[in-house]
Amino acid sequence: MDPGQFFTAPRVTIVAGKGGVGKTTVTAALAAVAARRGLSVLVVDIDGKSTLPSLFGGDESPLGYDDRIISPGGAGHGEIRARTMDPDEALLDYLEDHGLRRIAKRLSQSGAIDMVATATPGIKDVLILGKIKQLERSRTADVILVDAPAAGHAISFLRSAGGLLDAVAVGPIETQAREVLAMLSDSTRCQVMLVALPEETPVNELIDTAYSLEDDIGIALGPIVMNGLLPHLELEGIDARDAFETCATAPAADERELESLNAAATFRRHRQELQHDQLQRLSDTLPLAQLRLPFVFTADLGPSELSQLADEMVASIGNLSLADLGRAPQDTA
Amino acid sequence: MNASDMSPDRDDSAPPARSNREGLRDLVANASVMVCCGSGGVGKTTTAAVLAMEAARIGRRSVVVTIDPAKRLADALGLDGLGNEAHAVSGEWPGSMSALMLDTNATFDDLVAQYAGSSEQAAKILANRFYRNIAGALSGTQEYMATEKLYALHNSDEFDIVIVDTPPTRNALDFLDAPGRLTRFLDHRLYRLVTAPGRGVVRAVGVATQRFLRSAGKVVGGEVIADAIAFFQAFDGMEEGFKDRARAVDRLLSDPGTAFVLVASAKRDTVQEAEFFADRLRDSRIDVRALILNRMHPQFGDGEPDADVEESIRTAGSEWALLHTNRAQLNAIARSERTQVAGLLDAVSSAIVVDVPLLPFDVHDIATLDQLAGELFGRTR
Repeated sequence: MDPGQFFTAPRVTIVAGKGGVGKTTVTAALAAVAARRGLSVLVVDIDGKSTLPSLFGGDESPLGYDDRIISPGGAGHGEIRARTMDPDEALLDYLEDHGLRRIAKRLSQSGAIDMVATATPGIKDVLILGKIKQLERSRTADVILVDAPAAGHAISFLRSAGGLLDAVAVGPIETQAREVLAMLSDSTRCQVMLVALPEETPVNELIDTAYSLEDDIGIALGPIVMNGLLPHLELEGIDARDAFETCATAPAADERELESLNAAATFRRHRQELQHDQLQRLSDTLPLAQLRLPFVFTADLGPSELSQLADEMVASIGNLSLADLGRAPQDTA
Repeated sequence: MNASDMSPDRDDSAPPARSNREGLRDLVANASVMVCCGSGGVGKTTTAAVLAMEAARIGRRSVVVTIDPAKRLADALGLDGLGNEAHAVSGEWPGSMSALMLDTNATFDDLVAQYAGSSEQAAKILANRFYRNIAGALSGTQEYMATEKLYALHNSDEFDIVIVDTPPTRNALDFLDAPGRLTRFLDHRLYRLVTAPGRGVVRAVGVATQRFLRSAGKVVGGEVIADAIAFFQAFDGMEEGFKDRARAVDRLLSDPGTAFVLVASAKRDTVQEAEFFADRLRDSRIDVRALILNRMHPQFGDGEPDADVEESIRTAGSEWALLHTNRAQLNAIARSERTQVAGLLDAVSSAIVVDVPLLPFDVHDIATLDQLAGELFGRTR
């Protein structure tokens, strides 16, 4: 599938997963791929402490409440902008919009805002999703990527609208909640892409989250992204001593050297096996397409690593078919 | 496989009589409270469980408070929905190990029952809808209840050491900041105004507050605001008890017998979080006593990837080359990780630093916890 096609519908993709699996990196790679196809991208970071800017180089100061360009457009490249959405700010804005301007600001120090938020659990999340819905409707960018809160909070984040409606919400906030639910349950407008590492606990959590999202919330799931995949080296049955003896040009190697080469190979084989088992288990348990990103051999990621990841993402998307995404040909527009 | 020793440079400047792993064993042998802090996803819960297991192994009665354990680990520790009380983990130890999974709501309910003036007051609060929302909606409540549980277990005399996992928030500092948020929430001028609207000199502000609440009610629903007001009226008088309790908990956290253990991995964001946390603790005049670096890639041989890369190019196409390519890649990761954590090591200069290698198995039961303990405490198996 062409990446341009991948990003046309739905417009909003929420990237979710347990802490530490690389959601921000995956979000950045998706943004880079969309931009390469000439699409404009807005990345919304909910947690607000994003390492996203450092992946694109340039200004690494924290993201703010206003859009900032983190990758300029031009020459067939789309522009990538990013911003945070602070939950407390969102509630304050909302109260101000409803004629509570001066007093809301004055009382925000006193905990009045906390009181309103506690009286209506999930309201901040609904308001954030409401803003995202507004951005989607106003077509402010071709593609909106949301770097969701980690782990279990992603579920309560997405459940917030339904929860609020169940809890007797009336008035303007009820309308917001209904409109948010409408967006979340429309697969042509919004999808969730879950991210995991190829290890037991992250895969377990991904499976649980996937079922919760589909059953409880009715949100569409896009392809899963498996991150940090170790490139495969075919080390099966290789022993350092045999390798040494059959390699005519190998220099002298003592016992310690051979031991460490063997130890490294054993480590690699174990990791690859673990990885393979987890990928298989995931395929067997969840009928969702998988995109795969490789492990990057540096702990500090920057623009050149991001470019590499974007290449891999393009290749991975290329392997998808429309059927993989559960779409009939006429669904793409 | 050589697990890399993370602190050769620091060992040169200060002459420790014992290794870091021995230092960690001493900490487990002597502390009365250990708090495991750090970002989500670094292995805090597993680390907390292993520390508790080690305490049991050396003859102490330990209890671990978990927050959000992975299902398999929870099952292994017998935590399948057995309520908010500690119960023994089965195993052959000279001491004993117990575990519990924090139930934020139940802990809050217990506090209310304890500090209410009467059982009627307690019942009114427990039934109030706004109260039921607090645990889930007000951030910091879970952290508050974790410290509260810690305090209660410490005082119970059933245990020699309490080990606390902290909630997997994005911001590791929440654990220190959050409890204050709840106490302020429960005891704020605003709520006095709400509950005593007509009183004397504050009448003018009281009126504005009431107008705000009426307007807020129109936006979010009048009933829910009424619930909130009813809660604060019912809670009236209990603030002092809660404040006293919070102060006592604070004293326990600053006590010399309490050890803060920072858990991190070599990823940029967890390292940054850990650095912030160490700085914040220092501001409160608390030292990080131990830093545990989880999931560190081990180093193989002398760790020089360039020599391996040259060799693999030179003998390209052979199995010999493949072995060198592999070792080069793995050592490149190990080196990069060590660079990543260098700043963190400086930030916790007085702490015991122990690194735990990336293990070729998932840790989710007593047997694998025991293997992890072997790595953490330097025992040969």
